[in-house]
Amino acid sequence: MTSSKLNISSRLHINTLQADTWLRLMLISAATIAAGILLLITLFLLRESWPALLHVGLLRFTSDTGWHPLEGAFNLTPMLIATFAASAGAILIAGPLGVASAVFGHFYASTMTAGIFKRIVALLAGIPSVVFGLWGLTVLVPRIAEWQPPGASLLAGILILVLMVLPTVALTAEAALNAVPESYFRGAKALGISHGGIILHVVIPAARSGIIGGILLATARALGETMAVLMVAGNVVQTPTSPFDPVRVLTANIALEMAYATGDHRAALFVSGLTLMLLVIALATVAGRLGGRLHG
Amino acid sequence: MAKHSIILHRDLFLAAFVWSTAALVAGSFIWLLSDMLWHGASQLSWGFLTTDTENAGRAGGIAPIMVSTLLILTVAMAVATPIGLATAMLISEFIAKDNHFARVLGMSIDVLAGVPSIVFGLFGMAFFSVYLGLGFSILAGGLTLACMALPILIRTIEEGLNAVPDEWRKGAAALGMSRSSALLHILLPTAAPALAAGLMLGIGRAMAETAALIFTSGYVDRMPSSLHDSGRALAVHIYDLSMNVAGGDANAYASALVLVMMLIVINNIALWLAHGLLQKRMSTS
Repeated sequence: MTSSKLNISSRLHINTLQADTWLRLMLISAATIAAGILLLITLFLLRESWPALLHVGLLRFTSDTGWHPLEGAFNLTPMLIATFAASAGAILIAGPLGVASAVFGHFYASTMTAGIFKRIVALLAGIPSVVFGLWGLTVLVPRIAEWQPPGASLLAGILILVLMVLPTVALTAEAALNAVPESYFRGAKALGISHGGIILHVVIPAARSGIIGGILLATARALGETMAVLMVAGNVVQTPTSPFDPVRVLTANIALEMAYATGDHRAALFVSGLTLMLLVIALATVAGRLGGRLHG
Repeated sequence: MAKHSIILHRDLFLAAFVWSTAALVAGSFIWLLSDMLWHGASQLSWGFLTTDTENAGRAGGIAPIMVSTLLILTVAMAVATPIGLATAMLISEFIAKDNHFARVLGMSIDVLAGVPSIVFGLFGMAFFSVYLGLGFSILAGGLTLACMALPILIRTIEEGLNAVPDEWRKGAAALGMSRSSALLHILLPTAAPALAAGLMLGIGRAMAETAALIFTSGYVDRMPSSLHDSGRALAVHIYDLSMNVAGGDANAYASALVLVMMLIVINNIALWLAHGLLQKRMSTS
């Protein structure tokens, strides 16, 4: 501390206001770059999708005979359906399990067990998607194949996505439960409500906004996930009729075909990227609003 | 009495559901981890980390992959850190929370954090590789990852700066310090652990990334000789070995084990820095 005091006194003559202005300008220009990246991404996605939007038009992305990009047929519907089916399936399972995980740490486990369990959830959250994909491909898919061939399927995609988004739900639900005032719990206890009753009818409803926000974030993550689903879902472009059908999701399609796509085909892949981005932004915005007011 | 037994049963059912969920989550994690250790640990050795990749990755080690990964991360962090630090300082110290620019800035950072990695890959290819002419290169991959890592970097540093008590700023102002020197001599040194934690989390995010790198830094598994060379990151290596190389699973697991171990170490350092060290500094003041 003494050295900085000396510094201050020796610098008193410098016009401090001017120094602040310069720093401020520098910081603002750096922050403009940070804010500009999102704009730049949107602009470049639009620019690269433009040829397809112009030549192919939005309508044909849902009305063409199928996805045969080399013959100029660009129907994205089967892949959109596969994307929604995989995400919806994953959320239907991971949602309740994630909330239950948070409830476990908060109300059922001893302090030590809860600590260990939280570490496990955090570790699960930190595993890269390509590692989930590798494990799904070598462990999960063969097991499903024994039961219902071919194994690489919508179901495999859903199960891997469950593992990947469960920590998101659990961690946000945990934060939402923490934000519920302790007095709610004590008040309910004093009224003689049972342990389960308090959790189901007092605490979870009070935390619902944050929990829903977390589920929306998890949905966004599931929709945008690429590698893990690509590696386990089989990648056949078709509308799934059962969970055991192999499917190709939008993100996987981009990753698989971008390497050789040219012209309208390439632009069509950028259109699917743009669609994904808009979907995810919409979900993240709603989730942010909900997370902002935790028990309103 | 009937009502009472319904409640009792519901409570029992809830407890059973919650406990079995916890067992399921912990069980899946242990299953995943033991498979990785089982398949990966036998391949893992010092030689694996230090020898060249052979036969498309089926044989040999991952030395060039490690070097490429390191270079990509270095580029990403060298670009993201100054921008992230400056943005965090601006948000936390110079503009009011309800300022219009602050709102737009905060919102675009939050949205950027949610953009899917494959979209970053598309953008990186269109902008860095094609528009700026960097081609498939470590530079293009690193710059793409810099964009991806920026949000977590900004938010962690911002949290660190916000944790410094307001009295310290007032004290500095009372001593006649300009805001810039208060920032440089008091706030930043105090929040330094948060800066390091942000850096670690950013590295972690970047290191786990595959989809954004396939079309930017590419697949080439030779030792890179400059930043303009294509270089294969560790995560891309795992993907390629398991999907495109028959008989590559063993080395894919070994690489996955290396990746996960590095991520766990990095995340733990970040956690220790952000919670342990930062809190300690604040309390001993």
